[in-house]
Amino acid sequence: MTSAPSAAPEAAPLQHAHGPGSPVPVQTRSERFASAQHADFPEVTGRELEWRLTPVASIRDLIDGPLDGSPFPAEVSPAAGVTVEWVGRDDARIGSAGLAEERAAANAWSSSERALVVTLTGEEAITVTVDRTAPDSTPRAAHTIITAKPNARGTVIIDHRGPARLTENVEIIAEQGSDLTVVSLQEWDDEAVHLSSHFGRVERDARLKHVVVSLGGAVVRVNPSVALAGEGADGQLLGLYFADAGQHLEQRVYVHHIAPHTVSRVSYKGALNGEGARTVWVGDVLIGREATGTDSYEENRNLVLSDGTRADSIPNLEIETGEIAGAGHASATGRFDDEHLFYLRARGIDEQEARRLVVLGFLLEIVQRIGNEALEARLLALLEDELAAVEVV
Amino acid sequence: MSTLEIRDLHVSIETDQGVKPILRGVDLTINSGETHAIMGPNGSGKSTLAYTIAGHPRYTVDSGTITLDGENVLEMSIDERARAGLFLAMQYPVEIPGVTVSNFLRTAKTALDGEAPPLRSWIKELKGSMEALRMDSSFAERNVNEGFSGGEKKRHEIVQLELLKPKIAVLDETDSGLDVDALKIVSEGVNRVKENTGLGVLLITHYTRILRYIQPDFVHVFVDGRVAEEGGPELAERLENEGYDRYLSGSTVG
Ligand SMILES: Nc1ncnc2c1ncn2[C@@H]1O[C@H](COP(=O)(O)OP(=O)(O)OP(=O)(O)O)[C@@H](O)[C@H]1O
Ligand SMILES: [Mg+2]
Repeated sequence: MTSAPSAAPEAAPLQHAHGPGSPVPVQTRSERFASAQHADFPEVTGRELEWRLTPVASIRDLIDGPLDGSPFPAEVSPAAGVTVEWVGRDDARIGSAGLAEERAAANAWSSSERALVVTLTGEEAITVTVDRTAPDSTPRAAHTIITAKPNARGTVIIDHRGPARLTENVEIIAEQGSDLTVVSLQEWDDEAVHLSSHFGRVERDARLKHVVVSLGGAVVRVNPSVALAGEGADGQLLGLYFADAGQHLEQRVYVHHIAPHTVSRVSYKGALNGEGARTVWVGDVLIGREATGTDSYEENRNLVLSDGTRADSIPNLEIETGEIAGAGHASATGRFDDEHLFYLRARGIDEQEARRLVVLGFLLEIVQRIGNEALEARLLALLEDELAAVEVV
Repeated sequence: MSTLEIRDLHVSIETDQGVKPILRGVDLTINSGETHAIMGPNGSGKSTLAYTIAGHPRYTVDSGTITLDGENVLEMSIDERARAGLFLAMQYPVEIPGVTVSNFLRTAKTALDGEAPPLRSWIKELKGSMEALRMDSSFAERNVNEGFSGGEKKRHEIVQLELLKPKIAVLDETDSGLDVDALKIVSEGVNRVKENTGLGVLLITHYTRILRYIQPDFVHVFVDGRVAEEGGPELAERLENEGYDRYLSGSTVG
């Protein structure tokens, strides 16, 4: 088996906060260089900490090439308590939750002509679906801002289909007392390439549930950063992915506990099947100096279904205050648990079916935590499809 | 009428220290409707026997036979054994993330019957059995054994026994960890299944308490990987009073 369970902290040098190319390595995740300008970032060699696990050769056009920055097609289901608008680059909301931290994100930032802004205002929980279907494989840039106004509640599902080549930034702001769920669902065509940086900011007593589901696409890299900026802020970052032969699915998660009494839970699960199925999970949690009384836990689990796969799983925990309520992490990559299979088979369920149940159950654990029945049913169907195509051994 | 026949069974396991023989010539015959109790000291190989019957891959059968109505059980896969009518209620039931009890039971029932059970009668049966074993209906939507207490796991095993209707069941310490009430509820469940289906039972236990509720026809004393003595229910009482000392002299355990 070629799957490589790894839990070593990343050790490559970082760019310095004072400018790119500085020789001084940065220890703290929050001091990573950020800019809206593509030219501010050095050429990508593929050896950088940020890129060393990514097939950069196949995404050069998105990192450096000219991008179509016109609005990326999006159909938003109309609902009470939500406004949808396209705004210009001078809109004050752009950049309010974060700024590009690498060259492909900066390319998207400086290339996108308009931003799609979805704002939830109602206290009645609603679900909004943003259907994004790429018409072709033109390299494109996009910028999206999702905001839940104070005490607003709701779920925004961004559904991706088509043969896209897309690099984009998504800003997510959960204002005071709001309860926001954002789901990014990657159902791309086989050849699609998608680089997405999400920047979340969770304010006082607000809750953000952020979910990344990556099933389709050749190279999909969704990197959510969430700042727990207000006291009592709660961030749940969930993810599930299923990499088939030749697929590269990557997620670099970063939670920054800034304010006291903040809570984070990061839980990503993935399955890998087929020659060249490749997944990367990096989970950075930083508990800042002011963030006393915080509670954090992050985990990543990968289930390896065949030979020829590789899963990287790298948790990093940085703690700058001594007064925390809890901080932990777990990472595991492995084959089926024989005891699970035995239990099911001892009840008459044949081996194939038992394996399907175990894989499905393994991934559904994340689905069950989304807390949206219609979406759960859809994801179940998608995962069943995914498994039907698999001879699980 | 079914018969599970175990003849001169030798079983070993692979350990870090090499191959370790555990069962050293077990003979047992269990017919439909009969209840056989197996009692024996820790590490004497009781669970090994149970797992070997069910076909757990950790155990290697070195020699001997297991047949169910003349069919060679040792040639069957784990699930084929279950479909042939064998059932193991485990000493430590396994937690399965993301698989709900209702989905699991329906899938198992479908696998055993070769077709999905009619929905309405199935739901009724499931509810009835869970009620009888005092499991709240909310358990149906929980993941298999996940976060169940020790006693809840055991009751869940008996719900499965009742719904899946095997011919012969091995109950491995189903009574361990049960409070007085749960012990009664579980025993009643087993007796109900026996009455309704003519189930044959191999009951592994450390305590005579459960044998007051589930009357054994035979008691086997299991020591050092084989049956050291056999008798009727009175043997259980004697074991409770005297322990296993008289069987252990000169032999090593484990
Ligand atoms: N994986 C293993 N590695 C080493 N020894 C093992 C392993 N599995 C079982 N054994 C040994 O096999 C022997 C029989 O174990 P078994 O579980 O069958 O006993 P038991 O009679 O069921 O005991 P108990 O009453 O405690 O449940 C024990 O000595 C046990 O330590
Ligand atoms: Mg045992």
